[in-house]
Amino acid sequence: MSRIDFDIAHLLAGSLVLISFLELYQDRLYALLNVFAAHALVLAASVAWQAFVQDAPHLYVTAAIALTFKAIVIPVALHRIIVRLGIHREIEKVVGVGTAMLAGMGLVALSMVVMLRVTHGADPLAREDLAFALSVVLLGLLMMVTRRNAVSQVIGFMSLENGLVLAATGAKGMPLVVEISVAFSILIAFIVIGIFLFRIRERFDTVDVQVIDRFRGERR
Amino acid sequence: MTFDALTGVLLIPAVAAALLAALPGYRVTARLNVAATTLTLICALSLFFSRPEPGVYLLVDDLNGTFIVLTTFVGFTTSVFSLSYIGHELETGRLTPPFVRFYHAMYQVLMFAMNLALIANNIGLMWVAIELATLTTVLMVGIYRTHEALEAAWKYFILGSVGIALALFGTILIYMAARPVIGEGLAAMEWTVLVTRAGAFDPALLDVAFVFLLLGYGTKVGLAPLHAWLPDAHAEGPTPISAVLSGLLLNVALYALLRFKMLLAVNAAALAPGPLMVTLGLLSLVFAAFMLYRRRDIKRLFAYSSIEHMGIIAFAFGMGGPIANFAGLLHMTMHSLTKSAIFFAVGHIAQVKGTQRIADMGGLTETHPVLGWALILGVVAIAGLPPLGIFMSEFLMVTSTFARAPLLALVLVFGILVGVAALFLRLNSIAFGEPRGSSAKAQASYAPMFAHLALVLAAGIYMPPALVAWFQNVAGLLG
Repeated sequence: MSRIDFDIAHLLAGSLVLISFLELYQDRLYALLNVFAAHALVLAASVAWQAFVQDAPHLYVTAAIALTFKAIVIPVALHRIIVRLGIHREIEKVVGVGTAMLAGMGLVALSMVVMLRVTHGADPLAREDLAFALSVVLLGLLMMVTRRNAVSQVIGFMSLENGLVLAATGAKGMPLVVEISVAFSILIAFIVIGIFLFRIRERFDTVDVQVIDRFRGERR
Repeated sequence: MTFDALTGVLLIPAVAAALLAALPGYRVTARLNVAATTLTLICALSLFFSRPEPGVYLLVDDLNGTFIVLTTFVGFTTSVFSLSYIGHELETGRLTPPFVRFYHAMYQVLMFAMNLALIANNIGLMWVAIELATLTTVLMVGIYRTHEALEAAWKYFILGSVGIALALFGTILIYMAARPVIGEGLAAMEWTVLVTRAGAFDPALLDVAFVFLLLGYGTKVGLAPLHAWLPDAHAEGPTPISAVLSGLLLNVALYALLRFKMLLAVNAAALAPGPLMVTLGLLSLVFAAFMLYRRRDIKRLFAYSSIEHMGIIAFAFGMGGPIANFAGLLHMTMHSLTKSAIFFAVGHIAQVKGTQRIADMGGLTETHPVLGWALILGVVAIAGLPPLGIFMSEFLMVTSTFARAPLLALVLVFGILVGVAALFLRLNSIAFGEPRGSSAKAQASYAPMFAHLALVLAAGIYMPPALVAWFQNVAGLLG
């Protein structure tokens, strides 16, 4: 693989991690949605680049799915949900921006240490990709933990899935079955989430998870 | 493609799901549901006699053959139980006809997903199937649309998805480890190929992969501290689903873990997965045993008991070796049968009493003798008293552990005893004492419940040599 191929792949995967950080401190839902759309866009570019570099045309399908579905359809749909529910106010956070960013940096360092150490044998591109992918996954998890709002938890979950797609495409020649299934599962997950948001709205008139927590089972 | 039993196990639930989604009318669909599970069970049983060669995607061997038969059997009995349970829910108006139709279709989708997860020869396909099973059960848990049901479903969905995501990352890492040895493409994800070549995989990559898989699928097994979704999901969903969750879905996730454990066992340089599973298992056991004391909700009580028993099973497989594996397999089978029988009883009890609160039910042996005594029998079985089946497996486990690691055995015995005491404490207030709550006659189907309990009793008294040989064979496979 030529130097420039590697550099571009590296750049795209690195940007994905960076955008994950951007997601961490967005305190308005609309802004968060836009950042997530950018996240999906960079993912699509990264997957398309992998398809080109690895000469694996089926990866273009994955890239197309990421582009249309995650960068366009879902943000638009969530945008509408936010409008319909009238929840475009500020996001309340469980921890502050500084703490979240510090924790995020710790997680990225952790994934670098873990992945780079165990993948001596793999080719350099796959190594770096895997390390970045794990960072994105962990940052997605962090976001799900630090947010209370159901919509932003869902966005956290979807950026986590983006990290998985990055990992799957970085693993050279991984059968198509899995890529489609990843995309497909996101689709299903989204339908489920959509239904849930609808039902939560029906029941609570809010999507603040803290209100749902009032009905936690532990107290019974 | 020619029709064989293996396709049947997948095709029948899939077709039935489509039919059940299309057909209106509770009476027809509920019976169709039972018919479909019966056919699936027959197909699964026929796998004992003629077994297709492992293909690229599907595989049957002695290990998953055991799981498939158990799954389809409990799936069948639960569909019989759900016949009367759902009928009652319709009468009382807790469920409306469209929801019942949805419920039946989802039941078959769940059966399909679990069977697929068990017979998949491809680690990616297995992951997809477990994800499908998770999503299906999320929808079923939320079916009552009460505050609590929605909260439970949301929690289950979020925690389950995170677990599933971690498991996928682990799956990708396994592929990464296999690729340099096997080459690109499907072969690097096939169980049959992976197991023969795993010795040459990069051990460090396998280690990291297993940690992710353990956390990911461990969430689905309900091992502490990843269990938070389990009690809510069991308590708030329809009781047949609680029975299937406890009796089957936890096993399916455990099966996935066992397969990966076998993979690591082939590679001498990789970390030993045993101690990790032993730790999580004992943690779950002791934690759940103490949690049993403070339960106010009868379904939640038995959900915690499931965590406890999954801990015991994970412990047994973690210890490894022929006797502990044998005990683990036996315990898993007995737990599935007993716990689903208990949930059958609990479902009817909650229906006649109109509540799941333990404080509002009492003197059950007076008001509803059959249900009351069935519950007592079930709890005696799950507590592991002789001569029932779970006593056998726990006895084997404790004695074999005492011989190998006495300190661990002490923790095991301690956890089991704490759990037993808690169960009897609660059972006492449910089954005996002043009758409380409604004493209306129960419209129950007792057959599935007593069939399970009879099997557990029979296994405790006399295990046919053929069955013992079969389990020994599978235990040997697990290493």
